Amino acid sequence: MAVFSSLSERLTSALSSLRTKGKLSASDVDGTVREIRRALLEADVALEVVKDFTAAVRERAMSDDVNKALNPAQQVVQIVNDELVGILGGETAQLEFAKTPPTVIMLAGLQGSGKTTFAGKLGKYLKAQGHTPVLVACDLQRPNAVTQLTVVAEQAGVAIFAPEPGNGKGNPVAVAKDGVKFAKQKQFDTVIIDTAGRLGVDEDLMREARAVRDATSPDEVLFVLDAMIGQDAVTTAKAFQDGVDFTGVVLTKLDGDARGGAALSVRGLTNRPIVFASTGETLDDLEQFYPDRMASRILDLGDILTLIEQAQKNFDEDEAAKVADKIATDSFTLADFLDQLQQIRKMGSMKGMLGMLPGAGKMREQLDNFDEKDVDRTEAIIRSMTPLERDNPKLLNGSRRLRIAKGSGMTVTDVNALVNRFEAAAKMMKTVARGGTPTIPGMGPVPGGRVKAKALPKKKSSKSGNPAKRAVENSQAAIPSGGSFGLGASPADPSDDEMETMRKLIERGGL
Amino acid sequence: MAWSFGKIFSKLFSTARAVEAEDWENLEDTLLQGDFGPSVTDDILAAVHAVADNSATLDTDDLRRILGEVLEERLARFDPTLTLKSSPGQPAVVLVVGVNGVGKTTTIGKFAKFIATRGKRVVVGAADTFRAAAVDQLATWADRAGVDIVVPQHEGQDPAAVAYQTVERAIADGHDVVVIDTAGRLHTKSGLMDELGKVKRVIEKLVPVAEVLLVLDATTGQNGLNQADAFLEQAGVTGLVLTKLDGSARGGFVFAVQDQSGIPVKLVGQGEGIDDLTGFTPHVFVRQLLD
Repeated sequence: MAVFSSLSERLTSALSSLRTKGKLSASDVDGTVREIRRALLEADVALEVVKDFTAAVRERAMSDDVNKALNPAQQVVQIVNDELVGILGGETAQLEFAKTPPTVIMLAGLQGSGKTTFAGKLGKYLKAQGHTPVLVACDLQRPNAVTQLTVVAEQAGVAIFAPEPGNGKGNPVAVAKDGVKFAKQKQFDTVIIDTAGRLGVDEDLMREARAVRDATSPDEVLFVLDAMIGQDAVTTAKAFQDGVDFTGVVLTKLDGDARGGAALSVRGLTNRPIVFASTGETLDDLEQFYPDRMASRILDLGDILTLIEQAQKNFDEDEAAKVADKIATDSFTLADFLDQLQQIRKMGSMKGMLGMLPGAGKMREQLDNFDEKDVDRTEAIIRSMTPLERDNPKLLNGSRRLRIAKGSGMTVTDVNALVNRFEAAAKMMKTVARGGTPTIPGMGPVPGGRVKAKALPKKKSSKSGNPAKRAVENSQAAIPSGGSFGLGASPADPSDDEMETMRKLIERGGL
Repeated sequence: MAWSFGKIFSKLFSTARAVEAEDWENLEDTLLQGDFGPSVTDDILAAVHAVADNSATLDTDDLRRILGEVLEERLARFDPTLTLKSSPGQPAVVLVVGVNGVGKTTTIGKFAKFIATRGKRVVVGAADTFRAAAVDQLATWADRAGVDIVVPQHEGQDPAAVAYQTVERAIADGHDVVVIDTAGRLHTKSGLMDELGKVKRVIEKLVPVAEVLLVLDATTGQNGLNQADAFLEQAGVTGLVLTKLDGSARGGFVFAVQDQSGIPVKLVGQGEGIDDLTGFTPHVFVRQLLD
C-alpha cells in the first residue's frame, strides 16, 4: 500500500484516471469516496459522521450537473469541501453576551483538554475587547488547579474569584454561585467559570457540572475539546451535550499537527458551533474559529481548493465557449490567443498556479526554471501587432516582423518562433477539436487524444540539462512540442497549462 | 478491577451463531471506532480473514477467539517490562514526557507510589517549570505517594538544571529511582523538543537514563502516531504509558504506535486514584477489549 502524506496526493492518484474522462461514473465516484473516507478516518473524524458525510458526497457527485469550470477531479474535491464547510458551519460564530451583565460563561470538558489555560486566554481576549472579566475557580478536584488558575489570571491581568483552596475540598456549586454574586457586586461584566475536568462516563462529576450550570444559568456553556481526540469525540460530545447541554465548542491544541477531525465530529453530532480555536502556549494564542480553514486542514486540500476557487471566479464561460467555437471553425486568431492568455493570467501567477496543482511536486525543477516573464514577452509581441495582423498572421512579412520585434523589444527570431508555434498549435487544436488524433513529434499518435495535456510535463523533463544542448532542442521544437505558444528560447514555458486550458475549452464546446 | 473501557466487542457477538457478511462490517466499524485507524484495521481484518477463511464452520465465538489471538499476537511482539535496575550511587532515572494535558504529572504521582510500595526509595523532580502551578501539583502527588521531591530553586528555572539537581540528590541520599516530570509540549514545537534532548543529555552526565516514558492519552486519535514518532526521535522514548483508560476511549491507536515505532506499552492508567496504575499485559488488555 502506497503511503501518501496527504489527501491531496491520494486523491490525485485516485483521480488520475478520472481526469481524462468527461463525466463521473459510479465507479469513479466510489473510488474517490473510498479515499475520502480513509482520509477522514485518519483525520479522526467519527465513523458515523464519516458515513453520513461520504454518503452525502456520493449522492451529490452522482447527481450534480457537470460544472463547466472544473475537471471531474476538481469537481469532487469541490463537493467534498462544500459539504465540509456546510457541516462545520458557514459563518464564524460569536459569543452571546447577556443584555444585563454579568455575562456568565461556563467551561466544561475532559481532563487535560485545556480548560484552565483557555479560561486565562478568554479572560485576556475579553479584556482586550473592553470587557471586565473575572475568573471563578470551580475546579476543586485536580491538585492545585486553583493555584494554576490564579497564576493564569495574574498573567492575563484579570481578576479571580477563588475562595476555596481546592484539592478535593469545597463545594464548586457554592463557589460558582458566589462568583456570580461577587461579579455583580464588583461590577465585573463577564464571569468565566472554570470547572473540574471529567470523563464523559463519570456521572457524578457530570451531575456536579449540571448543578453548577443550574446555579448560575450561564449565557454560554463552552465545551473545551482537545483537537487531538480520536473516535471518543462521539461519546464525549454526546455525554457533555446530554450532561450540560453546551452552547458552543472550543478546540484546543490546534498548534499541533492534529488534523482536527473532532471539529467535524462534534459539529456533525451536536450541531453546536465552534467558537474559538486555541493555538499556542501563550495567553495570546486564541483565535476565532474559521470553518473554511478547518475544512481544508482536515482534508489537507487547501491548495487545490484555492486553485478551484480562482478558476471558478475567473473563468468566463461565455468567453470559453466562443473560443472553442473559433478553434473548431478555424477562426482562432492571435487576438483570441491574447485574450486567452489574459484569462489564464487572471488566475494569478503562472508559477503559483502550477505549484498548486496536485502532483506539482514532481515538476519542481521545471517550476523553478519557469520564467513568468515569458508570458509577458509573448504578450508584448502580440500587442505590437496591428489588429489586422493579429487576425491574419499570414500578413506578417519581413518588414512587419521587424517592426513588431522593435516594438516589443524582442528579435525577429522570437517573433518568427511565436508565429510558427501559433500556427502549428492552432492546426493541432483544430484536429483535437474535430475529434482527430494529434501527433506530437517523436511520440507518434497520442492515444485518446485528450490525454495529451497530461503527458506533456513528462516530455518537458526529457529536455537536456545542458543549456547549450537544450537551446538546440528548443530551436528544433518549432512544432509545438508542448503546445507552446511561448518563446522558443525558454527552457520551460507555460504551454502545458495553456494547452490544458485549450483542451478543456474544446471539450466544453461540446465537440 | 474498574475497567469500564473496552467491552467494545462484547455487544458485537453476544451469542454464538454463524458468521454473516454483516459481522465483518460490524467488526471493521468497531475497530475504526476504537481508534485503531484505517491501516491497522485493514491489517487486522486481513489477519483474521486469513485464519477464519480456513475453517469450514465459523461461528461468532470462533471469530472472537481468532480476533483475540490476532490482537494479542500483535501486542506480544513487544516486551512490556520496565527496566529499573539500580545500585547504590547509581539510581534508575525515569524521564516522563508527553504533550500537554495527557496526564504526566498524575501518572508520575501514581508511578512513584507504584514503585515506592515495592520497597524502593523514590525521589521525583519537578522539571515542569513552565505550566502554572505544575510544581505544586506534583508536590501534592509526592505527598500523597509519600516520596521525596526536588523543586526548582526559583520560578522558571531551566528544567535541565532541576533534573540534574534531582539526580544529584538521589545519588547523595541513596534513592533507588528518580522520576523526572517535564513540561507538556506539543511534538511540533521544535524548540521545546530540543529542550527535552538537553534535559536528557544533562542527566546522562551523572547516570544513564533507564527509561523515557511517553504518556499518551487514550482518547487521542491517529495523532498519537505523530506524537510517538517525534518523541522517539527527540527524546529516545523507551516505553509508552496509556492514560485515561477509565473513560470511554479504547486506545486502539497503540496498536499502530507499537507497530510503527517499535516502542512497547509499559504502563496503563485507569483512574484518578493513586493506585490506578498497572503494568501492561497484552493478554489482559485484549481480554478487556473482547469480554
